Amino acid sequence: MVTETELRKQIRDIIAPLKGRQIVLIPALQAVQEKIGYVPREAMEEIGELAGVSPNTVYGVVSFYAQFRYIKPGKHMVKICLGTACHVCGATGLVDSLERELHIKEGETTKDDNFSLETVRCFGSCALAPVVVVDEEVYGNVTSPKALDILKKYQ
Amino acid sequence: MSFSEIQSKAAADWKSLWESNKPLILVGLATCGMAAGGNATMQAIKEALAKHNIDANVMPVGCLGLCYLEPLVDIIKPGRPRICYSRVTREKVAELIEDYLVKDNPRPDLALGTIGDGAVEGIPKFFELPMLKPQVRIILDRCGTIDAENIYHYISRGGYNGLSKALGMQPDDIIKEVEKSGLRGRGGAGFPTAKKWQEARRSKATPKFVVCNADEGDPGAFMNRSVLEGDPHSVLEGMAIAGYAIGTPNGYIYVRAEYPLAVKRLRIAIDQAKKLNLLGPNILGSNFSFDIEIMQGAGAFVCGEGSALMYSIEGKRGMPRVRPPRSVESGLWGMPTSLNNVETFANVPNIVVKGGEWFAKLGTENSKGTKTFALTGKISRPGLIEVPLGIHLRQIVYDIGGGIPHSKTFKAIQTGGPSGGCLPTNMLDTPVDYETLGKVGSIMGSGGMVVMDTDTCMVDTARYFLAFCRDESCGKCVPCREGLPLMIDIMERITQGKGKPEDIDRLNELGKTIIASALCGLGTSAPNPVLSSIRYFREEWEAHVNEKRCPALVCKELINFYILPDKCAGCGICVRACPVDAITGGKRMVHIIDQSKCIKCGTCLEKCPAKFSAVKKVSAEIIEVPKEPVPVAAGVK
Repeated sequence: MVTETELRKQIRDIIAPLKGRQIVLIPALQAVQEKIGYVPREAMEEIGELAGVSPNTVYGVVSFYAQFRYIKPGKHMVKICLGTACHVCGATGLVDSLERELHIKEGETTKDDNFSLETVRCFGSCALAPVVVVDEEVYGNVTSPKALDILKKYQ
Repeated sequence: MSFSEIQSKAAADWKSLWESNKPLILVGLATCGMAAGGNATMQAIKEALAKHNIDANVMPVGCLGLCYLEPLVDIIKPGRPRICYSRVTREKVAELIEDYLVKDNPRPDLALGTIGDGAVEGIPKFFELPMLKPQVRIILDRCGTIDAENIYHYISRGGYNGLSKALGMQPDDIIKEVEKSGLRGRGGAGFPTAKKWQEARRSKATPKFVVCNADEGDPGAFMNRSVLEGDPHSVLEGMAIAGYAIGTPNGYIYVRAEYPLAVKRLRIAIDQAKKLNLLGPNILGSNFSFDIEIMQGAGAFVCGEGSALMYSIEGKRGMPRVRPPRSVESGLWGMPTSLNNVETFANVPNIVVKGGEWFAKLGTENSKGTKTFALTGKISRPGLIEVPLGIHLRQIVYDIGGGIPHSKTFKAIQTGGPSGGCLPTNMLDTPVDYETLGKVGSIMGSGGMVVMDTDTCMVDTARYFLAFCRDESCGKCVPCREGLPLMIDIMERITQGKGKPEDIDRLNELGKTIIASALCGLGTSAPNPVLSSIRYFREEWEAHVNEKRCPALVCKELINFYILPDKCAGCGICVRACPVDAITGGKRMVHIIDQSKCIKCGTCLEKCPAKFSAVKKVSAEIIEVPKEPVPVAAGVK
């Protein structure tokens, strides 16, 4: 468990290279999320200071964009694409199956912290619909049984 | 190095690769290729080459557009034509390398076609294939042929000629050339590009900005991603020409967060262009400087809207503002900004090199040139296509797309993403141009085309698109923030079998009001899919409302699964597969679904062996089944 001081130091180190740049706020949030997996409250405060805006303003930005998370995600991020092509090819059924299998709802993390389940709007791999992405790996033409097999690889 | 020296080096590099005495192997490694297993194929090729001790050049390339045939591998053997092989999985690699490279058998059975000069017996010409013949590839010309991470490849195929020529022209003459071409915004709205540049040029305020909109947020669209991954320099070159024409050294490119590979390749491309003085200060020794910075989006569809995109670059919530002023007057940081789409920029170098008139020869009177489309959904050959504007939808669906798979029937094609419309069979002869698509209740949009078959419920689809826009609404203006949820409430009721007769007209009325009163492009087009769906598929809506029936058997609350007593063999497969234990019945006993427990997931239908086909999905129909499990019918095995 990291202490708040350690966390703040870590955040400051992550965002330091952006100091003095014209575009700071969103790249800083992205850098923090990439390194620590989510945007903790401390990051909003530190980034606000760097960008010269209040933590509230930073929170306003964080809450606006779907990319940012407030809580630590599980070890593996399972993303189900709900783009048009995936929807037409049955992606909602995949959400049902995976929610049932993992005993969590979309946006939640399993008790053992192994999986987080998210839905996203289109990866642009529509010709392979329906698409599921686990961490960085893209799986195409996924059916419910295939999705369960994929999960086993990350168990 | 002068530009001609750079060109000579590029030409020499290209020649040494393509005319060398070593085989050259191209592997399609855009996002779609990777998703189909391209990386494993690449690895297998390297292993196979090592095993047979073959010295070959292996090169990653972008997307040829045939996503359904990925992973694609091209082999160019010295003195032989380029042969494209499809669905080259790990297993096929070993065979292919051994048979073609070692034993000189080109394996026509695995080949898709030959590209370029020369022919091989038994292998068709790639560009004569039915899905490619109607296409005209200008934007996609280099995608799938060059290494996107090597600037010299781009230059050897005519790259940066446009910028080099532009620097010797007057900015006004460049804008005139673009005007002659008739190029219109490829992001979907179709605003004349030359007009936008002219206004930005005339503006006295400085600094000005050139911004590339690569926030390709429409679900079902990946045209821009393919260009950015397969030929990123064409976009950078177009932006630099725009910067010169408008008179600004500042360029930004706003890429959506979901495209990490595109961002990576853009970064590499910008670095390489700077090293060769094709970007940066005093480009090619001229007085013109131009720099491009990448800004990654953070997952907000509304940021594809111009003013929202600019707020997002500034680090704010991406909420559109009232226009006027338009962004050419007051854009990024309140300064004049020309915002153009990826594909718009990618068209520019060719227009400068070959002239506006060359471009204007393609397309229709008011919609010039070619357009890329992402063809997806229930279609035999999904992928990325490029066609001259004015082509009929029928040609796209049947000639290029190969029609509907699994002997199903075409029902509708959705153009223009979540803000577009669904067009039915009798609209298939509609020419694809900005005005005609608008007239029939859809839009050109950025180029996503999703095909639907008779298994697609139009009410459910319209609800899907509207829910998308509701989720992505920024919440600033009332019609969009409050109106869309109201419409969804009604549509959800309809899909749940609780629709009232007046609901359909109510939706029409609400939709028209939102279109008339919402602030930005998202709100004013969000009701399009619903309105076009009601306009063309009213019967299907009425079936949901009046008969509580979903003809496509999609809406869960309106369908039921039954096990037909005369067909069930009592095998137990569905009993074991049912995730909620809703099926009863032992061995050789007719299985019965408990309708109160059934969640309508369809697993039993999927799992029931085809020889029995005992599970039936119905809507507004009751099938008589036994109350308790009974022995299976005589003769069913």
